[in-house]
Amino acid sequence: MKALRNLMDKIKPTFLEGGKLSAFHSVFDGFETFLFVPNHTSKSGTHIHDSIDTKRTMFWVILALVPALLFGMFNTGYQHYLAAGLLDTVNFLQIFGWGALAVLPYLIVSYVVGLGIEFTVAQIKHEEIQEGFLVSGILIPMIVPIGTPLWMVAVATAFAVIFAKEVFGGTGYNIFNVALITRAFLFFAYPSKMSGDSVWVTLNDTFGFGSAVSPVDGFSGATPLGQAAIATGEQVQLTSIVGEPLSLWNMFLGLIPGSIGETSTLAILLGAIFLVVTGVASWKIMVSVFAGGIGTVLLMNAFAVNAYMAVPFWEQICLGGFAFGAVFMATDPVTSSRTETGKWIYGILVGVLAMVLRVLNPAYPEGMMLAILFMNIFAKLIDYYVVNANISKRAKRALVKQNAQK
Amino acid sequence: MANVINIKKGLDINLQGKAVPEVVSAGLSDVWSLTPTDYHGFVARVLVKAGDRILAGTPLLADKNHPEIQFVSAVSGTVLEIKRGAKRKLLNVLVQVDAQPEFVSFPKENPSDLSAETIQARLLEAGMWPFIKQRPYDVIANPAVQPKAIFINGFNTAPLAPDYAFALKGQAAELQAAVDALSKLTAGSVFLSLPGEHAANELKSLKGVEFRYFNGVHPAGNVGVQINHIQPVNKGEVVWTIDALNLLPMGRLFLKGKVDLTRLVAVAGPEVIKPQYVRCVPGTALSALVGGNVHKEIPLRYVNGDALSGQRVDADGFLGAYAHQLTVLHEGTDVHEFVGWIMPRFSIFSASRTYYTWLTQKLFPKQTFAPDTRILGGERALIMSGEYDKVFPMDILPEQLLRACLTLDYEKMEQLGIYEVAPEDYALCEYVCTSKIEVQRHVREALDALKRENGD
Repeated sequence: MKALRNLMDKIKPTFLEGGKLSAFHSVFDGFETFLFVPNHTSKSGTHIHDSIDTKRTMFWVILALVPALLFGMFNTGYQHYLAAGLLDTVNFLQIFGWGALAVLPYLIVSYVVGLGIEFTVAQIKHEEIQEGFLVSGILIPMIVPIGTPLWMVAVATAFAVIFAKEVFGGTGYNIFNVALITRAFLFFAYPSKMSGDSVWVTLNDTFGFGSAVSPVDGFSGATPLGQAAIATGEQVQLTSIVGEPLSLWNMFLGLIPGSIGETSTLAILLGAIFLVVTGVASWKIMVSVFAGGIGTVLLMNAFAVNAYMAVPFWEQICLGGFAFGAVFMATDPVTSSRTETGKWIYGILVGVLAMVLRVLNPAYPEGMMLAILFMNIFAKLIDYYVVNANISKRAKRALVKQNAQK
Repeated sequence: MANVINIKKGLDINLQGKAVPEVVSAGLSDVWSLTPTDYHGFVARVLVKAGDRILAGTPLLADKNHPEIQFVSAVSGTVLEIKRGAKRKLLNVLVQVDAQPEFVSFPKENPSDLSAETIQARLLEAGMWPFIKQRPYDVIANPAVQPKAIFINGFNTAPLAPDYAFALKGQAAELQAAVDALSKLTAGSVFLSLPGEHAANELKSLKGVEFRYFNGVHPAGNVGVQINHIQPVNKGEVVWTIDALNLLPMGRLFLKGKVDLTRLVAVAGPEVIKPQYVRCVPGTALSALVGGNVHKEIPLRYVNGDALSGQRVDADGFLGAYAHQLTVLHEGTDVHEFVGWIMPRFSIFSASRTYYTWLTQKLFPKQTFAPDTRILGGERALIMSGEYDKVFPMDILPEQLLRACLTLDYEKMEQLGIYEVAPEDYALCEYVCTSKIEVQRHVREALDALKRENGD
């Protein structure tokens, strides 16, 4: 590492003020602090510091997302071969490899566009590069359908990073979850490409691998939620894309069509355990989102007037983006409530709204995205009331004292 | 035990180099300094000039806004230099020290027999007043305002803090005299906070105080936390605080009739070869305190006080006026840690569960750490929430109050409890902060701004 350090020290002056490449100072600084912990020492206040920093925090969120991402890759391949009726002819590695190749471009586009903007803005503002997009950049490919055209992902990512984050001042100042704004932009700007039955399973080839396939008879790319929304009759009968009945186990495992990273409740659960054990995300928000969602579903079960309202809560949790949103999106510390009491209220309302939107509003088969974005707005209002409660409690304390003295 | 308060939030950081209970005498350094920057928020008026002959107890400085508050010499000798820095800012009053100390003589009297006015005048005249601080603002107490209560903290939970039972041993008479004097200055109570275990016997046997016992980790020993649990400060109220260790010179003033500021200083920290107690007076040159007792081969940082809330001081500086502890740390400018942020870092303590020291600390409670002074990350906007709450055991919303401080929103600051806090209460928040925000500096600046705004 000595040699690397020496190299960094040698090229550093080039990037400093007055150097030839000073226009790339922030980029250099970003790489240097990535490789070597900065040796800045404390100037005021506390002389020693905890070894936690934003880089590690963000990286730990990414680690928590890895199981869901890997499963998403596998599922992309699985749905592809299932649709083609070729599942028996391929092995696990082929399925996963194909899926990985299909997902990889989304990851690359998201990171290149997002980080490119982040680097540029940091350079213009002469600031250090912030780590926030490291997480957004992996979330974005995980919450879009596999059939989304890449250029749309690029446009949406650019829109979200600039208008949902940088205009507010960067990481830590944004009001809305950046990844969700990307998805919302896609959803409202290109509705024909972002919904319906055709985007959830890809029948094309990827980089020439596995050649384009034609679907088997009876194929329908509708997600279980899409099926539930248009279900008629006594009970919702969920089927896989080739028309076979879906078992709860498959829903839990995630072998269902959906956005790339959201389908596997099992993989999300692993990530959730990791986040809670390491203390990176708030367990209060996770628990309260699930509590709000389950409570709402139970209520709807009790007063069910159609088949969708009668879907039991364990299925509702396993389907769609509910679990993914609860664990990875609602818990974003910047856009959620920052007071401890506020987190409970915020979480419960996210859960309630998600289920209400999902079940009672036939226009949107999925409610989690809108529920979280909506509550992002209200998080600050919730905090305002929680803080005001503290203020009035304190004021009362002083008042009681004055009266006692009289 | 009655009046026991359990503090659940907080964090103990086990540093290497706890002072062993052995005392060496530093003797006197050749040059002694009165350093006005040790005291926060006063404008100094110099009362002596170079060449003046002074005794221990001779006033050297006074506060321009409260001329009755005086700052006295702890040694006898000749004024060497009035050292000023940029914009004529007063840096030090340097004194060439005599071999044999001579003292200004004060009457020996039992404070129980004295009136409040006499006691106050005596404490001011003998330079004892700066030991008494006040909330709000965490500054030297305003002698014109009578406090609603006085709080004495009888223990310290900061990393490597001196052991009060050891430092106060055998000085019960001095402590009692000081408590007798202080209790005349308030119509309210004098509260003494003690740890649930291992409280100093000299403190336990005091009369005329209300005892409160605190169990828990740091910052249970911070007087601000104690006040918040005993009798919180509301707007318009003033309380005084004093460290039990600073009662000793007050007691000596009444019992012996002289200004004797001698104290035991814990010279501690990972970079001290033999951590121990040194007997000396505040203002002694650090070189006399540490000598060759530190690892000089690496860059060092000297801290007057503890590693969390102490004041930085140069190696050629002097022991701080409030410092009962000198912490020596490794100044980490020479460390280049390769991708440290992703490493397990078993040897750097962290409260975060993304590392493992929270676990190893439970398995091996005696494990100690030798942190350097790097901030170990980049400064960012506040991102993580709920971090501060875990180490802030007061009925206050720490992050929201800090945000009010950052924007200098005076009304919000008042509503959220700014009058109850001192920067030191926020020290652990600054330590655990993922975004590496200079929390204590912001709180200090907000307190100063509010003080100006209120005209106090």
